[in-house]
Amino acid sequence: MAYSAPSTLQGALSALAAGPVAVIAGGTDFYPGLRDAPAPTDLLDITGIAELRGIARTPTGWRIGACTRWSEIVRADLPPAFDGLKAAGREVGSVQIQNAATVAGNLCNASPAADGVPPLLTLEAEVELASDRGKRRLPLGEFISGVRQVALRPGELVAALHLPDPPAGARAGFAKLGSRRYMVISIAMVAVLVRLDGAGAIAEARIAVGACSPVARRLPALEVMLAGCPAARLAGFDIAPAHLEPLAPIDDLRGTAAYRLDAVAELCRRALAEAVGVAERGDG
Amino acid sequence: MDERVAAARTRFRLNGAPVTLSPVPGERLSEVLRERLGAREVKIGCNAGDCGACTVLVDGAPVCACLMPAQQAEGRSVETVAALVRDDRHGRALAAAFQNRAAAQCGICTPGMITAAVALLRADPVPDEAAIMDALNGVLCRCTGYRAIIAAVLEAGRSPLPGGAGEVGSAVRRLDGAAKVEGREAYGDDIAPPGTLEMRVIRSPHPRARFALGDLDTFLAVRDGLEAVLTAADVPGRNAFGTIPGFIDQPVFAEAETRFRGEAVAAVIGTPEAMRRFDPADFPVTWTPLPAVATLAEALAPEAPQLHAGRAGNVMCEGFVECGDPEAALARADVTVEGRFRSGFVEHAYIEPDAGYARMRDGRLEVQACTQAPVMDREGLEDILGMERGSVRIVPSAVGGGFGSKLDLSVQPYLALGALTTGRPVRLAYSRIETMQVTTKRHPSDILLRIGARRDGRLCGLSFAGDFNTGAYASWGPTVANRVPVHASGPYRVADYRAEARAIHTHCPPSGAFRGFGVPQAAIAQEVLFDEIAEKLDMDPLEFRYLNALENGLPTVCGQVFEQGVGIRACLDALRPAWTAARDEAAAFNARAASDGGPRRKGAGLACGWYGCGNTSLPNPSTIKAGIRADGTLVLHQGAMDVGQGANTVIAQIFATALGVPLGCVTLVGADTDVTPDAGKTSASRQTYVSGNAARLAGAALRADILMRCNASEAARIALGAGAVEVTEGARTQRLPLGRLPPDAEGYVLRAEETYDPPTRPLDASGQGVPYAQFGYAAHLVLVEVDTALGHVRPQRFTAAHDVGRAINPLLVEGQVHGGIAQGMGMALMEEYLPGLTENLHDYLIPTVGDMPPVETLIVEEPDAHGPYGAKGLGEHVLIPTAPAILNAIRHATGCRLRAVPVTPDRMRAAILERQK
Repeated sequence: MAYSAPSTLQGALSALAAGPVAVIAGGTDFYPGLRDAPAPTDLLDITGIAELRGIARTPTGWRIGACTRWSEIVRADLPPAFDGLKAAGREVGSVQIQNAATVAGNLCNASPAADGVPPLLTLEAEVELASDRGKRRLPLGEFISGVRQVALRPGELVAALHLPDPPAGARAGFAKLGSRRYMVISIAMVAVLVRLDGAGAIAEARIAVGACSPVARRLPALEVMLAGCPAARLAGFDIAPAHLEPLAPIDDLRGTAAYRLDAVAELCRRALAEAVGVAERGDG
Repeated sequence: MDERVAAARTRFRLNGAPVTLSPVPGERLSEVLRERLGAREVKIGCNAGDCGACTVLVDGAPVCACLMPAQQAEGRSVETVAALVRDDRHGRALAAAFQNRAAAQCGICTPGMITAAVALLRADPVPDEAAIMDALNGVLCRCTGYRAIIAAVLEAGRSPLPGGAGEVGSAVRRLDGAAKVEGREAYGDDIAPPGTLEMRVIRSPHPRARFALGDLDTFLAVRDGLEAVLTAADVPGRNAFGTIPGFIDQPVFAEAETRFRGEAVAAVIGTPEAMRRFDPADFPVTWTPLPAVATLAEALAPEAPQLHAGRAGNVMCEGFVECGDPEAALARADVTVEGRFRSGFVEHAYIEPDAGYARMRDGRLEVQACTQAPVMDREGLEDILGMERGSVRIVPSAVGGGFGSKLDLSVQPYLALGALTTGRPVRLAYSRIETMQVTTKRHPSDILLRIGARRDGRLCGLSFAGDFNTGAYASWGPTVANRVPVHASGPYRVADYRAEARAIHTHCPPSGAFRGFGVPQAAIAQEVLFDEIAEKLDMDPLEFRYLNALENGLPTVCGQVFEQGVGIRACLDALRPAWTAARDEAAAFNARAASDGGPRRKGAGLACGWYGCGNTSLPNPSTIKAGIRADGTLVLHQGAMDVGQGANTVIAQIFATALGVPLGCVTLVGADTDVTPDAGKTSASRQTYVSGNAARLAGAALRADILMRCNASEAARIALGAGAVEVTEGARTQRLPLGRLPPDAEGYVLRAEETYDPPTRPLDASGQGVPYAQFGYAAHLVLVEVDTALGHVRPQRFTAAHDVGRAINPLLVEGQVHGGIAQGMGMALMEEYLPGLTENLHDYLIPTVGDMPPVETLIVEEPDAHGPYGAKGLGEHVLIPTAPAILNAIRHATGCRLRAVPVTPDRMRAAILERQK
C-alpha cells in the first residue's frame, strides 16, 4: 500500500514499470469513478512532475504538458485559434474542476462527451506517450480508440500534447448543448477552426463534433464543402446528412440520436458564425 | 527516482497554521480536513465534484476537497470558510451579506458558496452578475434559488442590515444564520467524534430479487476491524417502518425478497480503518433477479407480479372527491378540452445526504440525525427496537435540506440497531448514490383530465383521473392519493367535479412526500388545460382564471365555504401589470425575430395554485413551551424543525410578538424529544400556521400570567431585565422579581405551554367536508425564451404573487418563493430520476446558479382568521404554479402543447418539429 508522488517523469515511468498502480492526477474522474468502492491502495500521483506541466512554445507549435490544468489553459496567452479550446475549458465541469482537472486526464478518461477533445481535434493535436522504452506520438483521433478506451500500452503515460502552429489568422469557436447552464455533460458540442481568405470567404475549415459518436470526430466532407463559402452566408449554410456521416449518435438519457444529429447541424452553423464573427471584428 | 511517501508525512498550512499528518493512500483532502483536523465546516454532498459543498481554497484557488488526494496538499496553503469569515475581509463581508439577504437557508452549501465567492472577490472586488455566476458555477444550492446568494455577493461590504426589532412583519436576519455562514452548524454527519464506529448498508443491485445471505460469521472473522453484521434477524421489534398507520410496510432489512434497487438486506459495522478498506461487493450474498415492474402500465397489467399481499392489482390506495354532476356538466359545456399528462420521478436532491449518529446512554438510545419529524422518528424507532415509549431520545442535527424526504426514517433504524447491538456509538452517512437510490421521490404521474366551460367563460365540469407511481412501499403515497383530488380543481369555483387518484406500487424506490404531495403534478394538467380552454373561448388566460377564481363565500370542490381569507383574485390582481408587460414584450420580440429570421421566440405564461395547510382532515397539533428563569433568561422550546425554511426565526418572532418583548430576548432551545414538546412534523406547510399558533398562544399565556401577577392590563408593556420582569402601564412601572418565585424542575419560574390543532372535519365518501382550516394561494408569471432551433428553454424572469395572509418575515417569504420556483423550474425543464441511471448529481440535473433568472416576489396579505396574525403556510405553495406557468409560456412562444415534464431540449425540439409538419 503506497502513495507515490515522483518529481520526475523517469521516476513515474519506473514506478509504472514496477507493477500495477493506479495513476492519479487531478482526481476529478478518478474519485467519481470509484462510486462507493474503496480507493485503490497503490497510487501514482503524477502532478508533481515539472516536465508534465505548463504550456510552451516549440519551433513548430505548442506543447501542453499532460498535467496542465484546464484553468491554466483558459488563462494562457494563446493565439485566437485556441479560443475554441479555451471556451471548451470553461465548460469542463466547474471552476473547482477546472482548477484540478488536467488536459491529459480529459483525454485518458475517454468519455465520448469530453469537452476538450473536439477543439483539440481541430488543432490537430498529437499525444506524446512516454514509457521506460521511450517516447512515441499518436494523433489524438487514434489515441482515443473507443468509449473509455485509449491506446495506452502497459507502462505508458501521456506526457504532453503537441499542437502544430495553426494556420495564420485562424479563428476558432465552440458551441455546447446541455440541459442546464454549467456543470453539464454535453448532449452535443462542436468545435471549429476557420481561416478566411482576403475576400472574406472560408479558405480552410476544421470542424469536430463531440458526444455524437464513440470518439469525437472531424467532419471532412463538411470542411470541404465550406471552402469558398462567404462568411456572411455561414449562418444559413445548409448542412446535409452526408456532411454528418462520420457521426453515430445514440439515444440516451440526455437526448435522442435524431435530436443530436438535428442539433449538431445548428451547432456547426453557430460555432462557425461565432468564429467568423470574431474574425470579422478584426481584433488582432 | 521513486519517492515513496506512503508512510511519509504531508505538511501543509491549514488556515495559516502548519499541520502534519500521514494520509492513507487514496484518502481525500476532505476526509483529512473533517476527520483528522476537525474542519467539519467542509461539507460532503456528493464526493464526486458535482455539488461543490466541500470547496476549499488551495493556494487561493477553489477546488473540491473531495477530489483531491490529501498528499497533493503538500507544501500548500489550504483555507476553509471557518477562517475566511473570521480573518479575511471579503469573507467577513460575505458572512454579513449572506445573513442580510437570507442567502443561507439550510446552510449546507453555504461554506462552499462563501469560499468560492472569497476567491472571486480577491480577484475582482466589484464583480458583476455574470462574473458571480461564473465564479459560483461549481456549487449547487437546492434551497435558495441562488438569487439571494448572487445579491449577497454583489453587495458584499455594503450590505444593509434588514430592518425591524423582530416583531411580526419585520424582515430580520435568521436567528440561526451566523452558525450557517461561519460553518459551525452541525449537520447529520458532523456530530460523531472522529474514530466512531461506522456503518455501511448492503443493498440490492436489482429492482427485484430473491437473495440468500452467505456465511456471515466467517465474513466477520477474517476481517480485522469489522465489529458486526446486522440483518433482519437482528431486529428485536417490528421489522417495518412507514409514516401512516395501516401502511407501515417497509422492512428495515428485507427478509427474502427485495422490491427495489437499493433496498437494504444487511448492514456492516466496523472501525473507520476497516470500513475504508471494506468493499460492499465482498459481502456474502447471492442474488436471484426476478421479473419486476417499473412503470404504471407494467404494474397495472393483469399478469403483473404483485408487490404486497392485500393490495390487489398493485393498487395501494385511492382518493376521491366528487360534487355536482361532472359528466352532465361536461356534456352541456359549450367548449371542452382534454389531455393526458405525464411526469417522472423527481429527486429531492438536498445537498446533505442523510446522516446521523447514535449511542446508548443509561439504557436509552439517543439518535442525532437529520430529520423533519423527530417525534415520528422516535415512535418509529421504538417499534423497530421493541422498546417502550420513552426509550428513545431524538436530538435532531441541523438539516441540510429535506423538502419532504426527511419526513421518513432513513439512516435512523440502522443507527439505532447498530448502537443497540454493539453497545457503542455508531455513525452512518449515506453516499450520494445511496441517498438517491433509496430515499423517497416525487411520484411519477399519469393524468387524464377533461374540462368544460360555457361560452361566457364559466367552468362547466371537470373530471380528473390520476395514477401515481408510489414505488415499492407506502411512505406518504396515501397522502398524495388523498391530497390530489382535494386540490385538482385549483383555486377555482368548480360546481361539477370528480377527481380520483390512485397510488400504484412498482419495483421502484418509494415515492413519498415532496413539496406539494402530488399537487404540483395535478396542477400541470389543470393549469395547462386552462390556457387551452381560454384560447378556445378567446379569453385572456388571466381573465379566464380571474372569472372562475374562488372567492369568499363560494364552496370549494369539497363543499368547504371560506367566509374570509380567499386570496387568489388578489394574487391575480397583483400580477396584472407584469402580465401585460410580459405579453407585450414577447409579442414585440417575436415580431422582430420573425422578420430577422432568428430562431428565438419569447412567451409569457401564468398559472395559479392553492394548497391546504396542515394535515388533510386529520389532527396535527403543535405544542410550544416557553419559560423564564430566575435570572431573567427567556427560553423558547421551539420544536418545529427548521430545515432551512426559517421556523426557528418565524416561530420566535410570533412568540416574541405575542409576549410583547423584542426578538433579541428569546433564547432558543431546539427540537429534542426529551425537553421540547412535539411541534409536529415539518410538512404540509403547517409550521408557520400550526406551530406559529401554538407559539402565539404560549406567548399570550406567558404574557397573561405576568400581567395578572402585576395586576396590569393588556395595554401594559413588558420588559425583561436581569432577575426581574418590568411591567409598565402609563407612568407606572412594576418590578416582578423572579428570584422570589419557585423554580420548577427545568429551572423556570414562569412558564407556558400551549397547543394548537387546526379545526378540520373528516371527508365523507364523496370527499365532502373540511379538509383544511386554511389554504394559501399563489399565481406565477414567467417570461421564457425558446431557442427553437435547439429546443432550449430559458426562463428570463418570474413574477410570483403569493397570498401568505401575513408575512411574518418578508425576507424569509422571499426565500421560500425563490427556492420553490427553482425547484418548479427544475421539474419543468430538466429533472427526471431514472432508477439505475441518474443516481448522482451529474446525470440527475438540478438548476445551477446560471439557470435561475430574477424573481420578483409580490407578497399579498389576505389575512386568515385562523392564522397567527393572519399568516398562512407557504413552503409547498410555491412550486405548484411554476411548472405549468413555464409550459404555458412555451406554448405562447412556440404554439407547442407539451404534455410531459421535464421539457428537455430534445423533447422541446421534437415538439417544434412535429408542429412544423
